[in-house]
Amino acid sequence: MKIAVCIKAVPDTESKIQVGADKTNIDFSGIRFITSPYDEFAIEEALKLKEKHGGETVVFSVGGAEATEVLRDSLARGIDSAVHLQDAEFANLDPLSTGKVLVAAIKDGGFDVIVCGHQGVGGDHSQVPSIVAELLDWPQVNVLMKFEIEGTNFKAEREIEGAHETVEGPLPVVISAQKGLNEPRYPSIKGVMAARRKEIVVKDAAALGLSGIVGAVHSKMKIKTMTAPPDRPAGRILEGDVDEKIKLLVDLLRKEAQVI
Amino acid sequence: MANGILVFVELRNGQVRKSSLEALSEARRLAPKGEKPVVAVLVGDNVNAMAGVANKCKPDKILVVNGADFANYSTEGFAAALTDAIKKEDPKYVFAANTSLGKDLLPRVAARFDAPCATDVVEFQKDGDNLLAVRPMYSGKVRATVAFESPIAFATTRPNVFPVVESENGTQAAIEDLPVKPEKIRAKVSATHAAEGQKVELSEARVIVSGGRGIKGPENWGVLQELCDVLGAALGASRAVVDAGWIDHQHQVGQTGKVVSPQLYFACGISGAIQHLAGMNSSKVIVAINKDADAPIFKHATYGLVGDVLEIVPKLTAELKKLNQ
Repeated sequence: MKIAVCIKAVPDTESKIQVGADKTNIDFSGIRFITSPYDEFAIEEALKLKEKHGGETVVFSVGGAEATEVLRDSLARGIDSAVHLQDAEFANLDPLSTGKVLVAAIKDGGFDVIVCGHQGVGGDHSQVPSIVAELLDWPQVNVLMKFEIEGTNFKAEREIEGAHETVEGPLPVVISAQKGLNEPRYPSIKGVMAARRKEIVVKDAAALGLSGIVGAVHSKMKIKTMTAPPDRPAGRILEGDVDEKIKLLVDLLRKEAQVI
Repeated sequence: MANGILVFVELRNGQVRKSSLEALSEARRLAPKGEKPVVAVLVGDNVNAMAGVANKCKPDKILVVNGADFANYSTEGFAAALTDAIKKEDPKYVFAANTSLGKDLLPRVAARFDAPCATDVVEFQKDGDNLLAVRPMYSGKVRATVAFESPIAFATTRPNVFPVVESENGTQAAIEDLPVKPEKIRAKVSATHAAEGQKVELSEARVIVSGGRGIKGPENWGVLQELCDVLGAALGASRAVVDAGWIDHQHQVGQTGKVVSPQLYFACGISGAIQHLAGMNSSKVIVAINKDADAPIFKHATYGLVGDVLEIVPKLTAELKKLNQ
């Protein structure tokens, strides 16, 4: 079994996010990068699949220097090898272009399963797994809560509104992880030491055959402006004893806000 | 046509989803009748009866794709249907609601057309003959206005943001059958199980009651559930209590949970971490109930009540019950 994991380095979810000077991106100064939270479940799922079925795990990430650390963290958790898809042209890609870069790197690897997080926290597009599946012409199952392989088939449980769907089909497949799929492990000290010695393979646009095809200028969706969200109008702290506060609240919700 | 909007209208349990009618209404607003065509597409097994509901949002045409292949959702089957509908109508934009299904389907079909897709859009702006889409990023900490450089572009609309505009008047749109035979459906839904413990779904709920550490323990969810029942609200939760195992992750509101925009949001015993605020800050009205008068949630609340959740909420529920009688 050969398993690919696609991960992304994203700003820590506790970061204060502000619009940058060029007004088309955020201000990255002082931002600490982490593995996108849903990608941690993807890494864990790949490790579990290997433990159960044997084989090999490879992690891929498109990004600048910030990707090195998250790739090394994946190696420390037990992923066998890492590929860093890095090129000046790969900055500020739209999801379709990111998908094209990943597919160029993954397509000839003989993989049975490609595992992603269901959403890169930050960009919040939730698109790359489906794009990768389409470009490879593989089936896809997104927002996974459960995943099992039997022979050459998979059985997955995916989260939808108010329900879970059981989805079955043949390998190879692209899947995307939701929180709850598994409990990600922490890297062991031994793992961290071993990861330091491992080489991270770096591939650029030329090596992937994507020169002049993929890049921010070729992206078909471009951010024109980025703004802070509109401010909420100032609120009001309700005074009085508990009963008075409640009466006042109900009154305000009915007459002023008109929401009940 | 090459200048209209095609809207995928989603059906769930034999009903047209409200969030799809929101997308359809917004399409009609952007492409007024007589100026640019709006086509609704319904996919399923025997869906013609549902066309009437879509008709109230006044599309110019309703395409129906029927067949046993479409009785259950499958990415590949529905992608085949939507692809054929697009090839037939040649729209400039394709919309769907940003639901589990819409998020699974649209990026895949967009990639098939080598086209861009903007997900979770909260506003469209006209830029000459083109549309710009505004979408939150970083869970709403910033908003990006995106432009499409493509003959066709896709977008999913955030539920509860765009108003449904319906009318009984005017002409009925023509309903046209589009026969589609998917080449292959490899991944198939074999069963659907209702999730336990959630009566109203979070992302489309009009009212949400969320609990955090301030409810003191999982044994007290019942207190919030009673308020939910009176209001027809969905039950939400902060990350802290989900991580503590007090409730399932499907209830989590915030950056690593669901991003919601209800009309009314109750934050009960939630301090208001950035993580949580990001998920609910676009709610129309926020009511915060917290013991700590300095909790950050009060800076974001429309109405703040300083006090013990377990004392205030039951009394509030009782007061609302009186009102309903």
